[in-house]
Amino acid sequence: MLLKSFKLTLMFCVLFSACYIFVLWAFAQVFGPNKGNAEVVELNGKIVGAAYVGQSFTQDIYFWGRPSCAGDGYDASSSGGSNKGPSNEAYLAEVEVRIDTFLARHPYLKREEVSAEMVTASGSGLDPHISPKAAFAQAERVAEARRMPLEEVMAIVSGQVESPLFGLFGPETVNVLKLNIALEEAADQNK
Amino acid sequence: MNTELIGSIAQIVLMIVLAYPLGKYIAKVYKGEKTCLDFMAPVERFIFKVSGIDPKEEMSWKSFLKALLTINLFWFFWGMLLLYFQQYLPLNPDGNPGQSSHLSFNTCISFMVNCNLQHYSGESGLTYFTQLFVIMLFQFITAATGMAALAGVFRAMASNSARTIGNFWDLLMKSCTRILLPMALIVGFILIVQGTPMGFDGKMKLTTLEGTEQMVSQGPAAAIIPIKQLGTNGGGYFGTNSSHPLENPTYLTNMLECWSILILPMAMVFALGFYLKRKRLAYSIFGVMLFAYLVSVGINTYYEMSGNPKIAEMGIDQSAGAMEGKETRLGSAATALWSAATTATSNGSVNGMHDSTMPLSGMMEMLNMQINTWFGGVGVGLMNYYAFLIIAVFISGLMVGRTPEFLGKKVEAREMKIATIVALAHPFVILIGTAVACYYWVYDPAFVEAEGGWLNNPGFHGLSEMLYEYTSSSANNGSGFEGLGDNTYFWNLTTGLALIVSRYLPIVGQVAIAGLLAQKKYVPESAGTLKTDTATFAVMTLCVIFIVAALSFFPALTLGPIAEYFSIY
Repeated sequence: MLLKSFKLTLMFCVLFSACYIFVLWAFAQVFGPNKGNAEVVELNGKIVGAAYVGQSFTQDIYFWGRPSCAGDGYDASSSGGSNKGPSNEAYLAEVEVRIDTFLARHPYLKREEVSAEMVTASGSGLDPHISPKAAFAQAERVAEARRMPLEEVMAIVSGQVESPLFGLFGPETVNVLKLNIALEEAADQNK
Repeated sequence: MNTELIGSIAQIVLMIVLAYPLGKYIAKVYKGEKTCLDFMAPVERFIFKVSGIDPKEEMSWKSFLKALLTINLFWFFWGMLLLYFQQYLPLNPDGNPGQSSHLSFNTCISFMVNCNLQHYSGESGLTYFTQLFVIMLFQFITAATGMAALAGVFRAMASNSARTIGNFWDLLMKSCTRILLPMALIVGFILIVQGTPMGFDGKMKLTTLEGTEQMVSQGPAAAIIPIKQLGTNGGGYFGTNSSHPLENPTYLTNMLECWSILILPMAMVFALGFYLKRKRLAYSIFGVMLFAYLVSVGINTYYEMSGNPKIAEMGIDQSAGAMEGKETRLGSAATALWSAATTATSNGSVNGMHDSTMPLSGMMEMLNMQINTWFGGVGVGLMNYYAFLIIAVFISGLMVGRTPEFLGKKVEAREMKIATIVALAHPFVILIGTAVACYYWVYDPAFVEAEGGWLNNPGFHGLSEMLYEYTSSSANNGSGFEGLGDNTYFWNLTTGLALIVSRYLPIVGQVAIAGLLAQKKYVPESAGTLKTDTATFAVMTLCVIFIVAALSFFPALTLGPIAEYFSIY
């Protein structure tokens, strides 16, 4: 019976690990966004990131994403969340610090205008999105750093808001990387 | 209405609506009737011929189990060897090392028993070869093992008086080729179009907008994700499972993946109705399961969308809910729904970190696994329910003074003994395991320190992390309070043992009960028969499950999540 098991397992390998994989791989070569690799986004013809993988933004001229616990922050080869429990005192103190830092960098904001996702780490540590509210809140800082009119920056954010699926299901989001690329493109045009 | 809630409702409706026709189809497959996938028959015949297996041979329940256990034993050696020596095998563009002996022991068992507990991280702990020839292969065939066992139980329940319960190999094969493979392909196609990677290149090196370097892990993810969801496996391709934006890039993929968790366990209940031609029985079982599932969806959605009260005290805008450990594109409602779905079944994939969910959501996650029969794993979930049905029949039979009968067969002491052992083994493994871990934590801090300290959170939540780990292992679930530093001798070995006991003991017990009942003489229903397809009996079963399964855990839950709840609300 062990011999039968061995042969059957080998046949299953052929069926799944070879045939099934080959069909999906071939499909990805034709219909996948980047031939089976992670989809990428470009700025001026140069690849600057993967469309769905968040990046760390710290400069004032960019919109920022969420705090990250993947490696040293947005390490896409080692995804990870904080796994802090809701009652953990050390964790809550860390959130306080994040709120204070965020407010210090956006002195025009009131405390209740700080969105929760800007001070909490995502599950993967690679969350590419923030909510539209969180993006609009940062617009004034970005406009100031770039010496662009606030209305123009606001308009760029509005253009990057992704509506729910079919307008019905799920939250509204803004992809931070795509937003920053749109911002760079607009800045280039202004030159 | 909130679009996040509408999204959750749409997912539940899609599950129920599509589970019905799928259940009808599954019943046809196991009965050997004509279906639209009969073109797979030559492939199946060819595989059997090469393997020297006769798929027509009728098996008694004993030889059925012998075949099941033998091939599982073989898979154990297969997985151990490949994982341990993976660095010498092909398809390893990132140069990942082999797994340590205790880690490969744990990983191999965990995938062999359809649990998919992961004490490693997918990006660095496996190679593309082991992802495909151990992880993905096991995700197909161990799910099929559970389904085949259930099909055997169906056959036993349907027969009037029979010594045989079908052919294990045949049912195993059909579960693979007629059900899992076609569904996985369809889901895979959609994931690929939506942006999930499916290639063999190593990490992608990028220069970010701010000019730093980013290495993006990728690979054949779109092949593994469909079957990890459909087969109630749950072992993710990437370390953070379906919260990873390449594993679950959009809200659409999230709906599809969440749907895939529950569709087969739900369809199996309808399949039972069609197979036995007892639709009312199936509806009453489905009703009980759906009720319990929706209760936990409701509680989790409420607490996750309301947010963390401690953060609310800080005065910021928490309208998005408790966002620690969650993804913006999915939102707190979708993560709450998923957390209930993945624990009610024995799936164990996550789209947000359970360790960071609110205390009572965490409790519901554990309770779902501790009961382990609200839809449950593909095949095995309904079999767990079957054991509870037998107990419920017996107890209510005693209460009203009638001979306990189920589907025309007398339930006697022998079956009851087996059912009770199966039902009690689960709390035994979980609570003893947690007690041992707590003992070491308190009395041997040097040992715990040498193992890296284990816990990521202090206080009540720390206890929850340990309780969750044994619960998840014993329920063959595989999700975790991932803060637990569990890639150590202690956790790899003890949870590995918990996994074996709680997979094979129930399967053997349940198939044995079904086989024993099948051999008995059929007693036609009469006015004196206790009806098992009524609402009253459904409520009775719910109560029995609650008393036997849930109450054993309340002392432990009180010290963990409930105490934590009172500390922050």
